[in-house]
Amino acid sequence: MSLAKRIIPCLDVNAGRVVKGVNFVGLRDAGDPVEIAGRYDEQGADELTFLDITASSDERDLILHIIEAVAAQVFIPFTVGGGVRSVNDVRRLLNAGADKVSINTAAVQNPQLVADAAGRYGAQCIVVAIDAKRVECNSDAMRVPGAGPLRWEVFTHGGRKATGIDALEWGRKMQELGAGEILLTSMDRDGTRVGFDLELTRAFSDSLEIPVIASGGVGNLEHLADGVLHGRADAVLAASIFHYGEYTVRQAKAFMAEKGIEVRL
Amino acid sequence: MIAVIDYGMGNLRSVSKAIEHVAPKADVRVTDDPSLVRAAERVVFPGQGAMPDCMRELRARGLYEAVIDAARDKPFLGICIGLQMLFDRSEEGDTAGLGVIAGHVRRFAHDLADAQGHKLKVPHMGWNEVEQRIAHPLWAGIAPNTRFYFVHSYYPVPADHALTAGVARYPAQFTCAAARENLFAVQFHPEKSAAAGLRLLANFTAWTP
Repeated sequence: MSLAKRIIPCLDVNAGRVVKGVNFVGLRDAGDPVEIAGRYDEQGADELTFLDITASSDERDLILHIIEAVAAQVFIPFTVGGGVRSVNDVRRLLNAGADKVSINTAAVQNPQLVADAAGRYGAQCIVVAIDAKRVECNSDAMRVPGAGPLRWEVFTHGGRKATGIDALEWGRKMQELGAGEILLTSMDRDGTRVGFDLELTRAFSDSLEIPVIASGGVGNLEHLADGVLHGRADAVLAASIFHYGEYTVRQAKAFMAEKGIEVRL
Repeated sequence: MIAVIDYGMGNLRSVSKAIEHVAPKADVRVTDDPSLVRAAERVVFPGQGAMPDCMRELRARGLYEAVIDAARDKPFLGICIGLQMLFDRSEEGDTAGLGVIAGHVRRFAHDLADAQGHKLKVPHMGWNEVEQRIAHPLWAGIAPNTRFYFVHSYYPVPADHALTAGVARYPAQFTCAAARENLFAVQFHPEKSAAAGLRLLANFTAWTP
């Protein structure tokens, strides 16, 4: 027996409250981050990820209260992402009690940020989030030399903005600059509930030395297992299948264990 | 008073919060003051980031001697880089450590693979099983092969294997807990290892070596 594959529930936070219909039986207040984090912890979640989707800048600091409250009560690792622009942002989130900070759009705008943050706080707490979308390669001219026929492009600003950057090359560059792990979301699959983009996940996992978290598209437990067995992901992230009470994290782990995947039970 | 040594490298809140959680009556101080470290009944020596930076900051704050003394004469818990710094030397930036435990700290190889031939990633990140090699008060109430949370690219190799209190596999076996008299040090993060980690911290706060 060795290292377990991780299951990570992801929660959206807006202005200091967890949003997007988290629905546990018997939960007093579905927006309370400590209660929700505690529930996932009880179910055996290996880590938690909070994504801050707060639009207004004067409400941005409210995430710090969530981090402090969760850090005082829930003793598993948790990552915070969304709107991280500077080393100072990284510092504030870590000081509030986050274990890792995830950087997405700002890494594309300023790759040096990843190097600076990893240099200051260590690679172990810097996650680079990559939103990747398939590119149709209709002609040989569009293909990346030396790469297969499939390509993915990096998108930023929550998947709205194309960058023209090849996702796999970007992943390698982020690894080189000091990212400790990659949170890889398929924009084609996000919200579809038809499963991870396994080719994307596999391409990243096979070519990077750092861990890859698969994200985007999970609709059932089979999808989570596929992410590990076929995508070779080190961790799988999901939101809605856990929030709406369809499955508990414990059920997901029992299912994966049946499939021969090593999990923490 | 329990001193959590702060030398300016990253987040120590999770360590102090976890100790406060298991020992609500304890006076837990996160401090960079050598005199408080000397006055403390127990000392926790956490760490994250790169070892060369950690050693530099430790010296800059005048904590070097106080940490060595504490590791020799009072209940002392090293965590992650806090464990690695106790050794003679680390491959990370070829850095000299505190020399409290004879031995070296090495990096995981770049071409690790599991039994199926699948690539193993570095850092070693996540929940791995810890095999307890000795009976120890800090393992009390923790089942054999319980999983703890790890995140590291370097691992310790004590010169004296009798100091190994626990091992994990990635894929080769490595020392993930070392113990000697008043000293216990772990490569994993008890403050992030849910119930088992909290139990280890509670055991530490009650430990009388």
